[in-house]
Amino acid sequence: MMSRIACLGGIYSNHLALEAALQDARKRGVDAIYCLGDLGGFGPHPDRVFPLLEEYQVQCVQGNYDDSIGHGLDDCQCGYTDPTDNYYAQISYDYTLANTSNHHRAILRDMPTQRHVSLGPFRLLLCHGSPRQVNEFLWESTTSSHFLQHLLDQYQVNLIATTHTGIKWQRQVADQSWFVNVGVLGRPENDGTTVVWYTLLEVDSSSNLKISFIPIDYDHQQLAQQMQAEGLPNEFIETIVTGWWSTCLEILPAKERLRGRY
Amino acid sequence: MPSSAPILEEPLVRLSHLDHLWFQVAGTLCNLTCHHCFISCSPKNDSFGFLSLTTVERYLQESISHGVKEYYFTGGEPFLNPEMVPILTTTLQYGPATVLTNGTVLKDEWLTTLAEAEANSVYSLEFRVSIDGYSPETNDPIRGAGTFQRALDGLQKLVQFGFLPIITATRTWPDSEDTQILQQFTATLEGIGYQRPRIKLLPTLQIGAEETRTHGYRDSERISTEMLTDYDVSQLVCEHSRIVTDRGVHVCPILIDAPASLLGQSLKESTQPFAVTHGACYTCYQYGAICTNPSSPSGSASPRQQAATAALRETGRSKKP
Repeated sequence: MMSRIACLGGIYSNHLALEAALQDARKRGVDAIYCLGDLGGFGPHPDRVFPLLEEYQVQCVQGNYDDSIGHGLDDCQCGYTDPTDNYYAQISYDYTLANTSNHHRAILRDMPTQRHVSLGPFRLLLCHGSPRQVNEFLWESTTSSHFLQHLLDQYQVNLIATTHTGIKWQRQVADQSWFVNVGVLGRPENDGTTVVWYTLLEVDSSSNLKISFIPIDYDHQQLAQQMQAEGLPNEFIETIVTGWWSTCLEILPAKERLRGRY
Repeated sequence: MPSSAPILEEPLVRLSHLDHLWFQVAGTLCNLTCHHCFISCSPKNDSFGFLSLTTVERYLQESISHGVKEYYFTGGEPFLNPEMVPILTTTLQYGPATVLTNGTVLKDEWLTTLAEAEANSVYSLEFRVSIDGYSPETNDPIRGAGTFQRALDGLQKLVQFGFLPIITATRTWPDSEDTQILQQFTATLEGIGYQRPRIKLLPTLQIGAEETRTHGYRDSERISTEMLTDYDVSQLVCEHSRIVTDRGVHVCPILIDAPASLLGQSLKESTQPFAVTHGACYTCYQYGAICTNPSSPSGSASPRQQAATAALRETGRSKKP
């Protein structure tokens, strides 16, 4: 029976942060590592994340980005509504599609969209945006607790884990009912620091569930150099080195937007 | 008596889940008389009245078992309702709240209370401020003399109190001018110290006062059953929303004047499918997600899908990706 797992998501081609996170998780003695999708986008050299996922036997669920790249669709299906947000999203999508090998695209196509996992006595549902829609944005400040309870009841699980929005958060909505957004490894979370985050889920011998957000301090300068060499937009590089989002901002609700600089 | 007339199938839209609960909190009472208002709100239009805090609370309580995700408040002008501030502070204990205002009647003491309530809540309080042009010359002919400056003053006040209001502008210009007009809006807003303006453009709805200002819907501007085949119905407000007025629960914020829109007295009584046979349904179908905040796009509207929706403004048809 598993008692400690790592959940990571939103890699966005940040192979340097991924490697650092995987090493960190292994050091903590996890029973398994799960990735909640969106392997590509934003960062450089999308093919470099796949050997790492294989080496650490990471079990993935498919994000909207993976579905798009896997099937060679026209855009990332991120769900943005603002023209400027979509402009920048398209630049990173076109780059990622052009630089992902056919072999890896086949892997993306074949990933399951959800995984049911047992952790101690608890039933967990791992998905990308929400269990009902792969690219749904469940922000902390715009998601009521009774909506989360509705999802937990509908899918008959104790915990739902997602990523997609790019900002980690968690809420216990009832006794033995939790929602957690595990954060993303691909870019900082708009807080002015350069670290990225993954999530550790643990159950102790008394069946208490513990949710821990783990910061990963990686070589972001090297990532920035690689992004520059690949000709990716300066706006993306700025986010990596400053920790502030400079694109795809219109999708943020007021509370989350106010925490950022732009 | 048996009839030999064929039974015409109506285009029905099912409520998939009650994500958004709206409140017509000021009825149709407004301090302004905008020429494009789709429910003809004015200082004298009391066909719908205020909702009390007690009524709102009753529906907030009922909304828990429906798993409602977000709450929206509209009018009329919501801040004419003397209980608007406690209504919003109470709502923030249940979930995220958005209020649609014309920005012209906001008082400092209200904003002090609301800023404090939002700071103490895990949820966002969003203000959506209606301005229909980037200058007095473009706004005031629609919204009334002096309203541009008064709305701008209200916006400035909201920004000073630490809010990030969303400006909503009804598109009374050709779609092709959007980019240029958005730039002019941004310049105007930056000019009053709003450094990261959020702007949402809305289509006109050819009902209410707008029907007089321009024209109503043509008979051909209707959704047919066939048009819903392979269409992403989550783009339609009635697929995920309902609205409470002082008459009961209606299907959506746009159609409250239509008798068929009143579905029941409780949320439980109002979950039945709705026949999207009204002219305004056609606009909802064409543009998609016209009532929600940018942070809560309904459905899986990808740019491709949005492009398809845009294309159907010309052709009258859209497909899922």
